[in-house]
Amino acid sequence: MSDVDREAPKVRIAIGSRYDHIDLIALVVDDALTRLGLDEDARHWVGIALREAVANAIKHGNQQDPEKKVEVELAVDADQAVIRVCDHGEGFDLETVEDPLAPENLLKPSGRGIFYMKSFMDAIEYTPRPEGGTIVTLRKRLSGKRDTPDQAEDH
Amino acid sequence: MNIQARHEGGVTIIEPKGKITIGVGDVALREAVAEALEAGARSILLNLSKTTTIDSSGIGEMVSAYTTVTQRGGMLKLCSLPNRVSDILQITQLISVFEVFDSEAEAIESF
Repeated sequence: MSDVDREAPKVRIAIGSRYDHIDLIALVVDDALTRLGLDEDARHWVGIALREAVANAIKHGNQQDPEKKVEVELAVDADQAVIRVCDHGEGFDLETVEDPLAPENLLKPSGRGIFYMKSFMDAIEYTPRPEGGTIVTLRKRLSGKRDTPDQAEDH
Repeated sequence: MNIQARHEGGVTIIEPKGKITIGVGDVALREAVAEALEAGARSILLNLSKTTTIDSSGIGEMVSAYTTVTQRGGMLKLCSLPNRVSDILQITQLISVFEVFDSEAEAIESF
C-alpha cells in the first residue's frame, strides 16, 4: 500500500465572487492534490488552471456580484483528479472564444485563460447547469508522467 | 505581492515579488508601470526573478505594459525569468514578442 491517500475525501468549498478569495481555493485544492500524490510541478499547473476557471466564474459568470457564489469541488474519478467550478451566471459558449495564438490576438490583454486551462489539464469541459450557470470540469491524471507545458500537445 | 522599482544605468527596473494574478498582482504591476511612465521612464525592465505565480491576467498586464510603453516611444524588456514564467509565455507564443535576457546586467546593457 502506498502512502498516497487515494481515499482522500472530496473537497467542496464555496466563495463569494471576489478575486481575493481565489488564493484560498488554490490553497485548499493544492493541499488535497498533495495528499493525492500529485507532484509539486504538476500541482502548480493545475493551480493555474484552477485560478483561471475560478476567475472566469467570478468575472464572466457571476459578473463579480459578491452575493453570487462560486462553488468548487474536487473528486477522484478512477485515476483522475476531477475539479468542478460552478457559477450562477448566464452561461457560456466555448465556441465563441477566439484563438489567442492568432496574430491579430497575440497582443490582446485578455483571452488566454481557457487556452491555459486546456494546456495545463488533460481535459476540460463546459456544461450548462439546468438551474442556470455553468460548470467547468477540469481533469488531471494522477499517475504516470505528466507533460510539461513544453511537451503538451497543441490545443 | 509587492513591487519594488529602482534605477540603474538610465533603466527603471521593476521587480515584482510573489504572485502576479487577477485582482492583486496584476493591478500592482499596472500601477508600477504607469508610475514609471509618469516619472518619464522610457527604458523599463521587468525583473521577474522573484515572481512565483503568474496567470492570464498577469500575462495580460505584461502585454498591456509592453504596448503602452512602446506606443510612448519607450522599450520594455524582461529578464531573469523563472522556468514557469518562461513556460507560460512560451505556450502563448509571447516569448518572441518580448526581448528576454538571462540576467539583469545583460538586459541593462541592451537598452
